[in-house]
Amino acid sequence: MELKTLLNILPLITISTAVIVTILIEAFSKKSESLNYWISIVILLFTVFYSILDINNQQLNFSNTLHSGGITNLFYFILSLTALLVIISSRNYLVRINYHHGEYYILVLNSLLGMFLMAASRDLILTFLALELMSLNFYVLAGFNRKIIFNNEASLKYFLLGAFASGFLLYGIALIYGSAQTTNIITIVENFNDLLLKNIFILGLVLLLIGFSFKVASVPFHMWVPDVYEGSPTIVSALMSTAGKTAAFSALIVAFYGSITSQVNFEIISKIISILAIASMLIGSITAIAQSNIKRMLAYSSIAHAGYMLIGIAAGNKIGMSGVIFYLTVYSFMNVAAFILVSLLENDSEKRVSLNDYAGLSNSHPYYAALMSIVMFALSGLPPFGGFFGKYYVFLSAVRADLTYLAVIGVLSSVISAYFYLRVVVYMYFRKGEETQFAFSSSADNFVLVVCTLFIIQLGITPNLLLNQITRFLP
Amino acid sequence: MPMKYYLLTLTIFTPLIGAVLLLFINNEKKNLLRYFSLVVSIITFILSLGLFFGYRDNQVGFQFVTKLEWIKSLQISYHIGIDGISLLLILLTTFLTPLTIISTWESIQYKVKEFLFFFLVLETGMIGVFASLDMFLFYVFWEAMLIPMYFIIGIWGGENKIYATIKFFLYTMFGSLLMLVAIIALGVSAMDKLGYFTTDYTVLKTISPTLVHSTQLLMFLAFALSFAIKVPVFPFHTWLPDAHVEAPTAGSVILAGVLLKMGTYGLLRFCLTLFPQISIELAPYLSTLGIIGIIYGALVSMVQPDMKKLIAYSSVSHLGFVVLGIFAMTVESAQGALIQMINHGLSTGALFLLVGMIYERRHTRLISEFGGIAKVVPIFSTILLIVSLSSIGLPGLNGFIGEFLILIGTFKSSVLNSYWYAAFAATGVIFAAVYLLWMYQRVVFGKLENPHNKDLKDLNKREIGLLLPILLFIVWIGIYPSTFLNKSDLSIKSILKEVNPKKVELIKR
Repeated sequence: MELKTLLNILPLITISTAVIVTILIEAFSKKSESLNYWISIVILLFTVFYSILDINNQQLNFSNTLHSGGITNLFYFILSLTALLVIISSRNYLVRINYHHGEYYILVLNSLLGMFLMAASRDLILTFLALELMSLNFYVLAGFNRKIIFNNEASLKYFLLGAFASGFLLYGIALIYGSAQTTNIITIVENFNDLLLKNIFILGLVLLLIGFSFKVASVPFHMWVPDVYEGSPTIVSALMSTAGKTAAFSALIVAFYGSITSQVNFEIISKIISILAIASMLIGSITAIAQSNIKRMLAYSSIAHAGYMLIGIAAGNKIGMSGVIFYLTVYSFMNVAAFILVSLLENDSEKRVSLNDYAGLSNSHPYYAALMSIVMFALSGLPPFGGFFGKYYVFLSAVRADLTYLAVIGVLSSVISAYFYLRVVVYMYFRKGEETQFAFSSSADNFVLVVCTLFIIQLGITPNLLLNQITRFLP
Repeated sequence: MPMKYYLLTLTIFTPLIGAVLLLFINNEKKNLLRYFSLVVSIITFILSLGLFFGYRDNQVGFQFVTKLEWIKSLQISYHIGIDGISLLLILLTTFLTPLTIISTWESIQYKVKEFLFFFLVLETGMIGVFASLDMFLFYVFWEAMLIPMYFIIGIWGGENKIYATIKFFLYTMFGSLLMLVAIIALGVSAMDKLGYFTTDYTVLKTISPTLVHSTQLLMFLAFALSFAIKVPVFPFHTWLPDAHVEAPTAGSVILAGVLLKMGTYGLLRFCLTLFPQISIELAPYLSTLGIIGIIYGALVSMVQPDMKKLIAYSSVSHLGFVVLGIFAMTVESAQGALIQMINHGLSTGALFLLVGMIYERRHTRLISEFGGIAKVVPIFSTILLIVSLSSIGLPGLNGFIGEFLILIGTFKSSVLNSYWYAAFAATGVIFAAVYLLWMYQRVVFGKLENPHNKDLKDLNKREIGLLLPILLFIVWIGIYPSTFLNKSDLSIKSILKEVNPKKVELIKR
């Protein structure tokens, strides 16, 4: 093994080293939580910058199983930035719920390693391992506050359904291997057209898709989302709904971006994904209307957003794939901001997460109310915020791929979802409520919120900065 | 000339910059906030006067054009420019905004800073809509403008504000998102013909008429639906009375004065030129909807017990004229439609202001609560009379010019090719006289029976001062409309020429 190869996968190495170091610190030091917090921040800052610096160095390593540079580094960038933002504001939250332990950072870093591997992997077995690495950590994180029965329930539900979905995924991989005689994604993509003639391969792909639908939180494996987002500690929901989704989509994009260049017969796959997209959008946005708990509402909206993103994959063209990546980036900022704002209103004794608790927020906390409104308008896809451009791009890809009906359904679902996003604003601005007080709000939280909001606005006004980077690295 | 190059951009973004600066002023200094935003809006008005005097009305095509690269990979650019039509509408916007800000001086006391902030942001959105020559940019302004209006109705509105503002928002959003799909589809079809995606209006205009008929039809419907909701054309008007009644006075003025015009502007600018063939085919249907709106709006107005609701429904009627004028597709009718947009902005805006003023005094808008106030508030009654007469279309005042031009245009329209349209539309003029004069009679004349009205205060200097400029233009347009018609003459002709060179008869100047 050359040194150069090791340099290529430096982000992976850094994160794994960090995991080991933090475990050791946890074992031997009494002040582990503070130390681990800062170590995680430094490590993530490093990966954020390194992934951008090294972005032009595209390589395939370890006999074509690990990709580095280019699109992979772009994913590293998005993932580590999201994780960084979540971690910065985590400490405050954990202190507040009296559960500030160093293990939290180990678990986050470890799950991040899984996500990194998922984005980099070009081999189905490795993808599966990465997915499990990420998931296992998420299961634990979901139940991190083990004294609260709600957390345990979320964790167990997540684990059982996750295991079930993994079964689908593994079975799909087995069938694909059976028909393609390889698990290497690059080889499979090259022979995609021939393989599509085999029914077993198609069945394998469908099972693979269904397995992934669990992680991207789309139909048919979406049932866990509301329960788990609601039950988990709020910052963990922030991480799962953003980075977790991004990682799973990165794997889907890698699996299907062969369709951009080669004249792949994408129709069957596209149809299946379209159905999943339509169902996710409609189920997500219609069910969200009925929610009075804001975390559950965000969970259902997360299902709807998975639907919008699947439109881009179903379109299967370059615009679609880059649209999905763009959308994921914006979505990460929007959702991190949303969940952090939600977490600020909670405190340890009573969970104030119902819409009624937001009544009159604009009077007691005008800045938070303003930020929350920006996030809500961005989530509902209004210009000039980034969420609008993400949707625009995805719809554009659908029209380009002659799937205009997907765009129309997407648009209708956007109108439906605007209703419940606006309702949050209604409560904050148009209703009078008791003087709600934020349990805690620290400069760390404020910093993260401001960064997220700036990115949301920047991505809406100058989307080309990110978009150029994305399109540059797609075939 | 560099100044000319930036003047339009400056006009669009001055209110936005002002709004951002406003955030740094202390909440408690309410008067400073008001003066500051008033100054900002007056500066914007002065800048737009620069546009008015710099505009050459003997040139065809867009002027003050600025085109900057924005999203290069999609050929989306910051492309703005104005012709005579957008010029007049921008002027209407910048003219009404400072006046409405003055009108809020005393009525808005709650969250003054936020109100003015949203108001200035709204102004940027409105000017942007009229100046955009890129469909994407147009859409961004069009949608972004919903946000401030949503807050203006929702925070400072009446009792039922939440219902009204959500209805307004969702209705408009539904329409405009379908338009977004149509914009994308147009861009994609440009991709097939030209090899690159674009949303530039001037390019799309050449592409869209060459598309397959059924595709054009669907796109036209998507555009037209979005604009029809905004206008609102019958039967998409149900959001309007709610929004108007619940909105604060300033919100109603801007809503009626400018926001509704964005719908008719869209029909005129985009529907007609992007899909000329379909426009001609569907003109009878849309004109019929316009006429239904005229008569329906008038009839419903007649029976309203609430003055504000009466005026809101009268908007449906007046804008029916505009829609008819646009789809009659003659130079007279289209000119009439444009001047009617301006007229409606002035007279309905003034009516809303007057109703707002009386509401501040009595906290009711019910017609039955008033009667015989002519002696108590003579100035109010006089101005209300002038404005009502202008809205009815009395010769010598502005409303007459618009309705008269529309009616002659419709009468001789070869696209509609039937006298019945004009005949039915003309009944709207009579109905307008009925509902407005009847309201005037019940409010102002008669015996002063309600003791609450005995010590009503007449308009103060501020209120008179803000109404006088509107009255000036009401008379000006009524007597010498050419000042404004000349500006838009060539632009209207060139739009109609694009629609159908054969069917449109051009009068020589």
